[in-house]
Amino acid sequence: MENYDLIVIGGGPAGLAAAAAARENGVENILVLERDKEPGGILNQCIHNGFGLHTFQEELTGPEYAARFIEKVEKLDIPYLLNTMVMDITEDKIVTAMNREKGMFQLSAKAIILAMGCRERSRGALNIPGYRPAGIFSAGTAQRLVNMEGYMPGKEVVILGSGDIGLIMARRLTLEGAKVKVVAELMPYSGGLKRNIVQCLNDFDIPLKLSHTVVDIDGKDRVKSVTIAEVDADGKPIPGTEESYCCDTLLLSCGLIPENELSKNAGVALNPVTSGPIVNDALETSVEGIFACGNVLHVHDLVDYVTEEASNAGRHAAAYILKGAATDTRRISITPADGVRYTVPSCIRPGHMEETLTVRFRVGAIYKNSSIVTCFDGEPVNRRRRPVMAPGEMESIVLERKTLEKYPDLKEITIRIE
Amino acid sequence: MYHDIIIIGAGVVGCAIARELSRYEADICVLEREEDVCCGASKANSAIIHAGYDALPGTLKAKFNVLGSQMMPRLAAELDIPFRPIGSLVVRTKDQPETLLEELLERGQKNGVPKLRILEQEELRRLEPNLAPDVVSALYAPTAAIVCPFHMTIAFAENACVNGAIFHLNTTVDRIEKAASGYDVHTDQGIFSGRVIINAAGVYADRFHNMVSADKLHITARRGEYQLFDKTAGNHVSHTIFQLPGKMGKGTLVTPTVHGNLLVGPTAEDTENKEGTNTTLEGLSSLAARASLSVVNLPMRQVITSFAGLRAHEDSGDFIIGEVSDAPGFIDVAGIESPGLSSAPAIGAEVAGLAAELLSLKKKQDFVSTRTGICRPSELSLEQRNDLIRKQPAYGNIVCRCEMVSEGEIIDAIHRPLGARSLDGVKRRVRAGMGRCQGGFCSPRVMEILAREVPMDMLAVTKSGGRSGIVCGYNKEL
Ligand SMILES: Cc1cc2nc3c(=O)[nH]c(=O)nc-3n(C[C@H](O)[C@H](O)[C@H](O)COP(=O)(O)OP(=O)(O)OC[C@H]3O[C@@H](n4cnc5c(N)ncnc54)[C@H](O)[C@@H]3O)c2cc1C
Ligand SMILES: Cc1cc2nc3c(=O)[nH]c(=O)nc-3n(C[C@H](O)[C@H](O)[C@H](O)COP(=O)(O)OP(=O)(O)OC[C@H]3O[C@@H](n4cnc5c(N)ncnc54)[C@H](O)[C@@H]3O)c2cc1C
Repeated sequence: MENYDLIVIGGGPAGLAAAAAARENGVENILVLERDKEPGGILNQCIHNGFGLHTFQEELTGPEYAARFIEKVEKLDIPYLLNTMVMDITEDKIVTAMNREKGMFQLSAKAIILAMGCRERSRGALNIPGYRPAGIFSAGTAQRLVNMEGYMPGKEVVILGSGDIGLIMARRLTLEGAKVKVVAELMPYSGGLKRNIVQCLNDFDIPLKLSHTVVDIDGKDRVKSVTIAEVDADGKPIPGTEESYCCDTLLLSCGLIPENELSKNAGVALNPVTSGPIVNDALETSVEGIFACGNVLHVHDLVDYVTEEASNAGRHAAAYILKGAATDTRRISITPADGVRYTVPSCIRPGHMEETLTVRFRVGAIYKNSSIVTCFDGEPVNRRRRPVMAPGEMESIVLERKTLEKYPDLKEITIRIE
Repeated sequence: MYHDIIIIGAGVVGCAIARELSRYEADICVLEREEDVCCGASKANSAIIHAGYDALPGTLKAKFNVLGSQMMPRLAAELDIPFRPIGSLVVRTKDQPETLLEELLERGQKNGVPKLRILEQEELRRLEPNLAPDVVSALYAPTAAIVCPFHMTIAFAENACVNGAIFHLNTTVDRIEKAASGYDVHTDQGIFSGRVIINAAGVYADRFHNMVSADKLHITARRGEYQLFDKTAGNHVSHTIFQLPGKMGKGTLVTPTVHGNLLVGPTAEDTENKEGTNTTLEGLSSLAARASLSVVNLPMRQVITSFAGLRAHEDSGDFIIGEVSDAPGFIDVAGIESPGLSSAPAIGAEVAGLAAELLSLKKKQDFVSTRTGICRPSELSLEQRNDLIRKQPAYGNIVCRCEMVSEGEIIDAIHRPLGARSLDGVKRRVRAGMGRCQGGFCSPRVMEILAREVPMDMLAVTKSGGRSGIVCGYNKEL
């Protein structure tokens, strides 16, 4: 069995940035495993502009952004295997993978970084009733068909879910000549970025119906029509509000699910809210030496944050590989409270943390003129006012090591909205 | 086109009959309106090989179910059909009288079901920790089994095909007329003449029967809706858990599937629409509550898909199998609702025997009785798997990430007898697209493989034949 210092699972933006950071921090023997035919992950199908504003202060397309990291990984001479599916990971860090050339093979690693990204929620998971004809696509599948394979999925489209991919696809399909009739969103607010609502829907006069869902799909062979209805506060359709739209296509953009089947095999504990691993300030999972970053950890809307998080994971993995496991066992937990759905990370090792730590989280509803309150063992220590916060946009606070040093007995940090 | 025997319908029943008939020297053809076999009730059911205690003694349902269940283990080995005799439990809750289980036990014994016994609390809880608190005892039937209904139907069809039966897919029967010797079957692909007609058209069997007989049948489509759970929920129960008929009708079952998922359903609702395989808001939202009468803690967030099937319920309530008295040479296999899947092997043998007698057919010398299914690399050892990949690198390329299906398996599914021609055809044969992402990841890749291997244009690739095309044109072409 071949041995590596570090194996990175997934060659998307997270995996590439993590591998690069690990090399820059002194790790020699690295391998990236990617199942697709090229590195870059989901970015390869995101041919729209808007990537890299934070990282490079310029607006790149998805493939352009990915190219910068592919170049970097190549310059750093980090090997990657493409068309290679990782099939299993064990707790003792044996990776089983497969491709055409090598067949099924096993590798061992001192550390592993999980960077497998996420998948889209399917119609089945949404329990949408009706027939099961052709013409129902998850928005990302449609995006791949249009942008990478050059095919049009349909001519008259209804979109369920106002997640970013759905919004981007509403614009894309319109530009390609299809008619997008409506975007229906179950929640009373959109799950996507504000700028996408403006640029992808408003600019094209595509109606967005909040608090609406699909209650029926008609068509035996191909979608013939889709019925949407308004929902009450519990998300239940209100009888009498049904409206039928003739269309041949239904796109679903109803959320992404971190892809953690491999993590589960390795015994990594998951957070039921994010469906991603529970990690500490080093982005290390419950299994020592296995780290996670990017969409496999929690769903990101901006690739810049993915890059930042992944570089941290790479740096911490390097420290683990070169200096060994953490020795100080003291832990401070970070707990989401009122209005905060989850935090990443969910615990800090005060004896090992870096100068600053960014804690990212999402809120559970729209908040206007509210504050993010940070409490140490129940006592508010910081309050930051924000004009608007929405579930679609990730929030963060920064904790400083020197602040925490003043609280040697601190057990729990809570973050809440007030 | 002239044939000795024409079978209408390529569901599990039609295909089982075709397979048994292909033992004889005869010219057999099967007419099916869909683009593949196994597109009717046979693809959307509970996939249980029932032990046989349900039907009333003396009925055809009881007879063929028990026979079929006995035949299954051998047949599964012969035809390489995924089959697991996991046993079933009919559970009784504390508000239901004990006599109900005893009656069922007695009925089963009369029907000839072996090894039935009643389990009390302690043993029951040990077997199934997730049973509802109100469950107090159960009828245990160790011979009940789960099967893959697609593979079962496809196995029959492939084996029939290899033994000379001809399948005309995409061929819809419109009407049947009595001819000088036998019948003329009019279809959208021309007229097929046959000496013996076997009517295995599922919910439409009454229509064809009524064209040739004065003694009318009437079949009602009775919809059953299901939810299928992710494999992570596959061990929630380890037996098929039935409920006794009660306040909420015939009861909802919870069962593992042969592929390791968990299945919950069905509902029961009569519909006028014989094409009504849609799921409904009411149906789907009722399942969790119904199932919770017998099984608790169902992880509803793990549902990956839902579907509905139509039972072919004939007014008499029993199977109708045999030559129609006022239509010689016309054999009905009608009203085959549950336990039709379990009974199919025995019905196949019975009906083939009937037709052979009518035509005085002789058995073939060179009948091939076995069939090997599509290679399942996941069941091979590492060395065997790597041998396979060295010979055929396509087995090293995973196309469906959820079910870990390789390109090699998909190519095999396309090129074998009666091979897959659509995404659903591939899905039923090798499970690509059957997993938790429901084809979100692999459909574009499977489309490409279909287009290359069949070969056909990408625009001609369909989900399930006919007008179920997936993409409608090239970019900027609209
Ligand atoms: C449609 C869409 C539009 C977006 N728009 C924007 C935008 O406008 N601006 C912006 O800043 N951000 C945007 N984002 C967000 C950003 O692109 C993502 O957050 C980022 O790509 C996530 O990176 P990742 O590496 O975690 O995941 P991915 O990019 O999904 O990469 C994961 C990689 O892992 C591989 N993999 C998974 N499992 C295995 C396995 N078992 N074996 C081998 N390889 C495996 C996958 O093939 C993939 O290449 C968008 C995202 C999407 C999906
Ligand atoms: C909800 C539900 C649950 C069930 N659960 C079980 C179970 O657990 N165990 C069990 O043993 N049984 C079960 N059954 C019963 C079992 O599924 C059926 O009895 C069995 O599949 C019937 O097979 P078939 O071939 O008769 O019908 P079908 O599979 O419906 O086949 C009939 C075929 O005829 C074709 N056809 C119809 N009209 C025409 C035409 N005009 N021209 C050409 N072709 C035509 C159709 O396309 C179809 O392919 C269940 C059924 C349902 C609906």
